[in-house]
Amino acid sequence: MRRTALSALLSHWRRHPLQLASLLMGLALATALWSGVQAINAEARASYDRAAQVLGQDQLESLAAADGQRLPQEVFVALRRAGWLVSPLVEGRWSHAGRSVQVYGIDPFTAPAGALPPPVSESGEITDFITSPGLAFGAPETVAELDGAEGLPRLAAAEGIAPGMLIMDIGIAQALMRAEGQVSRLLLAPDQPLGRTPLEQVAPGLERRAPQETADVAELTGSFHLNLTAFGFLSFAVGLFIVHSAIGLAFEQRRPMFRTLRALGLPLRTLVGLLAVEVMLLALVAGLIGIGLGYVIAAALLPDVAATLRGLYGATLSGSLSLRPEWWLGGLAIALVGAGVAAAQSLWRLWRLPLLAPAQPRAWAMASARGFAGLAALAAGLAVVAVIAGVYGRGIVGGFVLLGALLLSAALALPGALALALAGAERLARRALPQWFWADTRQQLPGLSLALMALMLALSANIGVGTMVASFRITFTKWLDQRLPSELYVTARTEEEATRLRAWLEPQVDALLPIWRVEGPVLGQTAEIYGVADHRTYSDNWPMLLADPDVWARLARAEGAIVNEQLWRREGLSLGDPVPLPGGAVRPLVGVYSDYGNPRGQVIIGVADLVAQFPDLDRRRHAIRTDPAAVADLRTALVQDFGLPADNMIDQQAVKDISLKVFERTFAVTAALNVLTMGVAGFAMFTSLLTLSSMRLPQLAPVWALGLTRAALARLELIRAMLLAALTMMLAVPVGLILAWVLLAVVNVAAFGWRLPMHVFPADWLWLAVLALAAGGLAAAWPAWRLARIEPATLVKVFADER
Amino acid sequence: MNARALILAILLPLSAQAQGFAGLGQTTDGYTLPRRGENLAFPRDHGAHPEFRIEWWYLTANLTGADGRDYGIQWTLFRSALAPGNPGEGWQTAQAWMGHAGLTTPGGHFHAERLGRGGTGQAGVTTDPFAAWIDEWRMDSRAAPGSDPYAALGLTASGTEFAYALTLDAQGPLVLHGDRGYSVKSDRGNASYYYSQPFYRVTGTLTLPDGPVEVTGEAWLDREWSSQPLAADQQGWDWVSLHLAGGDKLMAFRLRAEDGDYTTGTWIAPDGTATPLAPGSVTFEPRATVRVAGREIPVHWRIALPERGLDVIIEAVQDAAWMDTTVAYWEGPVTISGSHQGRGYLEMTGYD
Repeated sequence: MRRTALSALLSHWRRHPLQLASLLMGLALATALWSGVQAINAEARASYDRAAQVLGQDQLESLAAADGQRLPQEVFVALRRAGWLVSPLVEGRWSHAGRSVQVYGIDPFTAPAGALPPPVSESGEITDFITSPGLAFGAPETVAELDGAEGLPRLAAAEGIAPGMLIMDIGIAQALMRAEGQVSRLLLAPDQPLGRTPLEQVAPGLERRAPQETADVAELTGSFHLNLTAFGFLSFAVGLFIVHSAIGLAFEQRRPMFRTLRALGLPLRTLVGLLAVEVMLLALVAGLIGIGLGYVIAAALLPDVAATLRGLYGATLSGSLSLRPEWWLGGLAIALVGAGVAAAQSLWRLWRLPLLAPAQPRAWAMASARGFAGLAALAAGLAVVAVIAGVYGRGIVGGFVLLGALLLSAALALPGALALALAGAERLARRALPQWFWADTRQQLPGLSLALMALMLALSANIGVGTMVASFRITFTKWLDQRLPSELYVTARTEEEATRLRAWLEPQVDALLPIWRVEGPVLGQTAEIYGVADHRTYSDNWPMLLADPDVWARLARAEGAIVNEQLWRREGLSLGDPVPLPGGAVRPLVGVYSDYGNPRGQVIIGVADLVAQFPDLDRRRHAIRTDPAAVADLRTALVQDFGLPADNMIDQQAVKDISLKVFERTFAVTAALNVLTMGVAGFAMFTSLLTLSSMRLPQLAPVWALGLTRAALARLELIRAMLLAALTMMLAVPVGLILAWVLLAVVNVAAFGWRLPMHVFPADWLWLAVLALAAGGLAAAWPAWRLARIEPATLVKVFADER
Repeated sequence: MNARALILAILLPLSAQAQGFAGLGQTTDGYTLPRRGENLAFPRDHGAHPEFRIEWWYLTANLTGADGRDYGIQWTLFRSALAPGNPGEGWQTAQAWMGHAGLTTPGGHFHAERLGRGGTGQAGVTTDPFAAWIDEWRMDSRAAPGSDPYAALGLTASGTEFAYALTLDAQGPLVLHGDRGYSVKSDRGNASYYYSQPFYRVTGTLTLPDGPVEVTGEAWLDREWSSQPLAADQQGWDWVSLHLAGGDKLMAFRLRAEDGDYTTGTWIAPDGTATPLAPGSVTFEPRATVRVAGREIPVHWRIALPERGLDVIIEAVQDAAWMDTTVAYWEGPVTISGSHQGRGYLEMTGYD
């Protein structure tokens, strides 16, 4: 009996292959977008974890200078000789000619047990490792990328090392980083010997730091990944609309079959069980397809994501995607959960169906005005949630709650709003045909509402994200012009060369501005501290958000500090508040400037002030102000007369190009997800129209019988779909603008620490409207074409059929 | 011999089978080799000899606690050249150092290991004043100016569960092994420079998990350096330093090889007069083994030297005196019974 029943149930799909396809496609697409985003996030997390695990840093405490600067290596020796089992580590970034890599210098002799990366401890080449030119281990892709780079030790590819990093001996790394005699940190072995001299007696000024459970970069990039997740979730939600409608339809169409099966003696429990199994099977198939698609999506997006993370945060991701079990199991689970959610309502209805309920399919999901009222109430509730989240919500989670509530509320309110608009139009119509058209459109609304909601979500997401990206682009470009006024940027190879370079350049250029900086803890987090010269360049151009009137003079007198917007917002500072610098000095806050694209806090003080506090800082970088027309000649002279390699200078335009490229790539992923979401919404509309079209014959046949041709009917169908799309678009514009505002003023501030002015682009909306109309038209084209070609006999049969 | 040359296994990828225990049978291209007839000079030769591949400062002490119990300590600093010619400086210095410390009680055995490289100051040896150190472990001369720097030493080491601080006073002269310090290790002529100071009186404090223990006793310092002390087929050795009642001392060892063992040693009279033993004149006979660290280790021996009327049984104070270090071996105090009474130290390597 059970087998017969199951085969009867499944026969439905054989007779409705398109329905089956739309169900599978919808679920597969939803799973694909969700799991694609998850795959990218998982890959990133794995990369961060591997980076954090270098030398067991995720488990070992360490000692570092309180001001965050490097320590003399004598401190290491003194601590060892006082009984402290510490192992030195020198860290830094090596970059040359556009290639850049994180360098870790380690001491294999003192590294705590288990902290040495296996490639190092298993290598038999210790002599090569510690003596010039040295031996550096890196991930195969890192080694391949650096192939042929000058000045690096011999490279050896080793699995298990995070990409974008090289591990070499401390002596070799010190030379490479020009940090001879210096160490960045000291790792503390977990077990220490008896009778150590107290730390403060041996090395005063050292701080004991807890293990780095997560790499800095994991925290920095957290908001970026949350962004991706939110997008994945949005796509998943849109996909579920499709699944819900397809499953609901299949249940309604099989009502006669259910009745027959029940009448034949199949227990209700068994019937519901069989249907649940059916849904599960479908979900599994769709989930597998979705995971495959998700992998393709993730693999296609990963290079852009990796480039973004590297450009924006300096985080390096593995360029290749690995198939992690937790990922594909998660994908299957979400497909099952999604199908379960989509089918729950239908199964519940079936459970409560009277045994001999009319077997006639109600025109499916013909919700009444009462249904719309329920949706509207729900929408109002969510709107309240959105307002509360907007007013009281904090941080990025608050931002996303606001976004989610806003979008859902708008989507749920859509059918009611459309019904009102259509009712209004119907009242205005005087002739019979338009009256019928409006009434019939309104009557179709319940069946189409889910698809229209999906379209609405996609459109408003598109408007919102598009507005944010375009606003950001305008602001960012303008800001770059302010921030990069100097014509040429040069970096000497050594301090000695830098001194000569300054003497050589001084008489030839308008101004030579130092770009000197140190890194250190400021208000609890690592920040960059720059020193600026007292020069018009800054007072004329620097993008200040707020400032004391004599801000630059105060910096020059070492009487103040300015911080970037990120730090200012994070700490809730006001002008005049003390800014404690690494090493103990404190300067009052005299200004705040915008600093887009920088994930970290930044402080600027006078250059003399900086040098006085950090006499050992790197003084090799400078910006040059000169006549823009003279830049080309100056470059040539620097290479030919002074002997500076061309790689060591970069002009303003090149810096801008690089920055803009990073910017474009940052949003390439967002744009791609946006397009995919639109695609899913279009598909939802198509499947809904398709299913409706086969059920609407009883409504169309009388109109046809009254004299309207099939072609005219088809034309009306097409117009109706486009009209609904247009109405949806009109409602999506305000929602999208609110969304953009939330992204710019709430999510960006929480995620990146900066707030952007909003610009609107009505021309873009026009394009989007065209796109929406096209989507509606395309979705209706096939059902309309079928209607135009339908056998008149089929229409006639409507009157003959005994239903 | 104290040829306990345990080279940093992580540094030298070795095949113990083909190249002797811990790589001590490796070839010597570019390193200086010991030569017969070369006179050792002090204090110069108390310091390091970086032109040779390996070297050690090796001190063992048999101690009695105020609690009446027997204790033993070991303090060793190994030097290993990673490349001939002593190239490089700073971090790139091709001199690797390794410290081993052991403390044996009747109830247990503690050990610790330290690694470091020369050139940074983390480890090294200076001659004037004499000091040998790695991290906080130190062996310093406390001798009066003008006397031999080894005449009086301070000695410290510590691990996570133990520490010791000892003062050593030499009651006799330095003793040269073999032919004026040229000590042959195989029939094929492998050799090392080898001398000892076996006459230390010791006082000091052991720090144990149960608290400090005041101790007194006697200690034996070995100094040895070479570039290829073992023949390629020698797999390990059994070595003893024995303080006999009456003031005589015996150093003897057996090098184990597939084609036969090589045994020799030095008989040291109470006044420091050293008599090298002819190869084969001393015999080693394992009497019983115990299972330590998954291996069968002979901790009970009969040692005979008929020409001196010596026929003794030596037994470990603590069977589990296993040094579970980078290169692992057994090293611990022993008691002597039979024709002579006394106590000493036993070392056994190459029991895999």
